[in-house]
This record gives sequence, structure tokens and C-alpha cells, in this order.
Amino acid sequence: MIKINGTEQDSAGKSVAQFLAENGYDIKRVAVELNEGILLKSQYEDTFLKDGDVMEVVSFVGGG
Amino acid sequence: MTREEWYSTLEQRHGADLQQKFSQSCVAVCGLGGLGSNTAISLARSGVGMLILIDFDKVDISNLHRQQYAVSHLGMYKTEAMKNILTEIAPYCSVITHNVKLTDENLSLIADCDIVCECFDNAENKAILVNGVTERYPEKYIVAASGMSGLHSCNTIVTKKYGKRLYICGDGTSEVSDDGTLFAPRVMLCAAHQSNMILRIIAEKFEV
Repeated sequence: MIKINGTEQDSAGKSVAQFLAENGYDIKRVAVELNEGILLKSQYEDTFLKDGDVMEVVSFVGGG
Repeated sequence: MTREEWYSTLEQRHGADLQQKFSQSCVAVCGLGGLGSNTAISLARSGVGMLILIDFDKVDISNLHRQQYAVSHLGMYKTEAMKNILTEIAPYCSVITHNVKLTDENLSLIADCDIVCECFDNAENKAILVNGVTERYPEKYIVAASGMSGLHSCNTIVTKKYGKRLYICGDGTSEVSDDGTLFAPRVMLCAAHQSNMILRIIAEKFEV
């Protein structure tokens, strides 16, 4: 299981890009923290989630 | 008011060691709307030595309900208007202005700062700046904002830390296109979270 935004999810084997697409995230609005580091956007396709990972997906909202 | 009088007054309040850290720091305020106009003023008042102010826009009547500009600034570039305001508040703060839209192409404008303060309005631009700085300037701290629109409770606005150098202030969910507008108090509160976190980082207090 992978802890994503505080919830355990069975997403092992998926790339970060695949996870974001399947869960309705707009990739142009997100920043991703994986295991306490910020994942570079260029690594979304080639980074595969594995059991024990902890991921936080921040989806920015407008206003400022 | 001489430079010596100004710094001596700040040192009496902050302590000489902390004030020296503030004086030696440079913060890039990216966007000078509701968030940026408030953070720039807070940081200058606190004695941060150098601010890089970046915005392409001019002060409009529709800004006055939440941004720190006055009627006399209408039509001026926000960079120039804010520089004028800071000259009155903190004349010995070094202010560098860039009257441009900050993008991946000209991101080197923030190369000399220690901390990037993301104060944009548009969600995609926020993500572009945060991801761009993380990739190209991994040594810099970023203090961003997401979610401060509407008349929701002030108690929902918090500062969260991601990785070692990214902080995001806001409620994380209130989207201006859903709420219709922004109100001065919540925007100022979110900007205060950003400014306080920036001062804490300079003071080497890295936890939220």
C-alpha cells in the first residue's frame, strides 16, 4: 500500500503520471512530494510507486 | 531618519544577531497583487535587506479592495507603486524591480535571492514557478500560497511544509473562480503566513 495525501491506496506499480491522470489531477497545476522530496516534473513518467511510499499531491487553486 | 537610526531601532527590537540575518537576506516576491503587496510590506518593515519585486501589471481600481495600493497609484506599474510605498516605510531596504511576466524563460531573474515568495493569482503559474524553482534552483527555499479566497473561516489557513524547502500557505481548497472573489482579510492573513514563514526560515527556524 502507498500512503497518498494521508490515505492508504493500492497504487503500486503505477507511474506517478499514471496515478495523477487516473485520479483526475490537472498535471499543469500540481506539485508532488514523494518520500519527503519534491519530485521533478520530468520524473513523473518514469517514477513508479511502490509499497511503503508516502506521496503528497498538491493541486494549486487560483487566487492571490 | 538616517540608516544608522533605522538599523539601530530594528536591532533593539529584533536583537543584533537576528537583524543581521534579516539585513543580509534577499527575497524575491513574485507577483504584487493581494499576496505580494502585503508580503513585500511586511518583509520590508521587518528589515529584510533586499527585495526583488516582479510583476507585469498596472494598478487598477479593481485591485484596491485587497491590495496595498492607493488611489494615487492607479495606472502605475505595480513594481513602481510598491517601490514608492516601500521608500516611505523602509527607505534603506534595497528594492530591485522587474516589470515583466515571470516565466520559465526568464526565471534567472530570481537567481540572486535566498527565498522565493510565490504570490501569483493563477493556479498554473503557481505550479510552474514552484516546479521551475525546485528543478533549477534546488538550494532555494520557496514559500507559496494556495487557497485564500471567499469569506471562509480564517482558522482554515495554515502553513504546510513539503520536502525540505517548499512551504505552502493557505486552506488548499478555496478557488477564486468558485468563491467569486477574494476579501482583504483572508488574503492578508495568507500573506502574513508567508511573511512569517520567510522570517522564520531566515532565522533558521525551518519547522512550520
